[in-house]
Amino acid sequence: MYPADRRYTKDHEWITVNGTHGRVGITDYAQKQLGDVVFVELPEVGRGVTQGQAAGTIESVKAVSELFSPVSGKVINVNATLASKPETVNKDPHGTWLFDIELSSPGEVDTLLTSDQYAEFVK
Amino acid sequence: MNQSSIEQLKKTPLNARHRALGARMVPFAGWDMPVEYSGIVNEHLAVRTKAGLFDVSHMGQIELAGKDALAAVQKVSTRDAAKLSVGQAQYSALTTSEGTFIDDLVVYRLAAEHYLLVVNAGNIEKAYRWIVDHTRDVGDVAVVNSSSRYALLAVQGPAALEIVQQLTTIELSSIKYYWFAHGEVAGVRSIISRTGYTGEDGFELYIPPASAERLWNTILETGAAAGIAPVGLGARDTLRLEAGIHLSGQDMDETTTVLEADLGWIVGWKKDDFIGKATLERQKAGGLERKLVGFEVTAPGIARHGYKAYAGGGEGAVTSGTQTPLLKKAVGLAYLPIGATVIGTEFEIDIRGRRTPARVISRQFYKRSGS
Repeated sequence: MYPADRRYTKDHEWITVNGTHGRVGITDYAQKQLGDVVFVELPEVGRGVTQGQAAGTIESVKAVSELFSPVSGKVINVNATLASKPETVNKDPHGTWLFDIELSSPGEVDTLLTSDQYAEFVK
Repeated sequence: MNQSSIEQLKKTPLNARHRALGARMVPFAGWDMPVEYSGIVNEHLAVRTKAGLFDVSHMGQIELAGKDALAAVQKVSTRDAAKLSVGQAQYSALTTSEGTFIDDLVVYRLAAEHYLLVVNAGNIEKAYRWIVDHTRDVGDVAVVNSSSRYALLAVQGPAALEIVQQLTTIELSSIKYYWFAHGEVAGVRSIISRTGYTGEDGFELYIPPASAERLWNTILETGAAAGIAPVGLGARDTLRLEAGIHLSGQDMDETTTVLEADLGWIVGWKKDDFIGKATLERQKAGGLERKLVGFEVTAPGIARHGYKAYAGGGEGAVTSGTQTPLLKKAVGLAYLPIGATVIGTEFEIDIRGRRTPARVISRQFYKRSGS
């Protein structure tokens, strides 16, 4: 259910890490809780983000929720296709990335949940 | 939510059906209600393109009967109920002496001296007490809270007529909008009302609670070929907002008058009197300071209930807002200073700290073809 190639937060984001390069999305559990996603507001490229702090918002028809950064660093890329197709977050949450980040403190990754721990957390 | 508070929630006769259909259940106005089954967008589009079935049994029913029933209705309801024929209904409001809302409602004339008032779920007790307290001196009228005697199913959408017609011998096309008939639907005794809360054609069926599950299942089976979907409160809200229909308690309440809510058309100016008439007449003559308008957000972002608006040098407030599933744009309703309420006026909404441009537009964001 939750791919083992990445780490997870208790705020229901996932991150894949390759060296100091991270790629962030939200989990299947999160998209189910949100319902139909209609708007994704992503951080500006170049902006600094802090682990656990708000980096954007995701809105479904019925509610708005904040998107938290799983790690600290600098935003280096955002998934622009979400502006016109926000529903892909519902259709393929683990295959749909939101933003890329250059990690400033790669050690933070070790503080995140493994797929098994996350699966247990949302059970 | 803990177990004890779940048990305190009231349940409609279809509660077990909703759970069996996999609905996500939420507390709403003291009731345990389905918010979505297959997803709000899917359900919304089903109603716009095919048909949807809603359980709205949480709505309240209050009946007034007796020689002076009309006089009683006339006193508490803003609209002129003398214009109703037997078999006809009208949208109206229960107002305070300040012309503000106790609730909005639909008044049905069931018989010459028998009226049925349908009020919102969260206001049943309050509306009932209000009506009882204010009709004591009217004369020969009995006021009964008959909410537990009715379940209410709504079938809405372009295929609604064709689906319900398969289940009844009543000629549905002969029932005009905001009229009703008595008859059987799938063998269930019903008030068949051509009304709804979606902006689509459709029917609301007032039935005995004991028959609710049977009729619900029969309508879903009969409508399957036409693509009917069960629809929860989530899409009920997006559908009504897209059609520019008010939600009582959110778009208007005891702090807003009928005129401020831009519902002057439900005021019976020519009838003798009703509670709040004098205040509304003064407000009509003196002019409004603010009014409810429709708006669209013209930059990325969705405005929601409670967000602040800045318009015409003053402030206002968003009362309803969403991104509508059909039009795919962020629209809503807001109270704005009167000088900023003209169609086309540009203003700003504070969307989580960011002033976002918006424009006043007609609040009938969606209008079905042929209506």
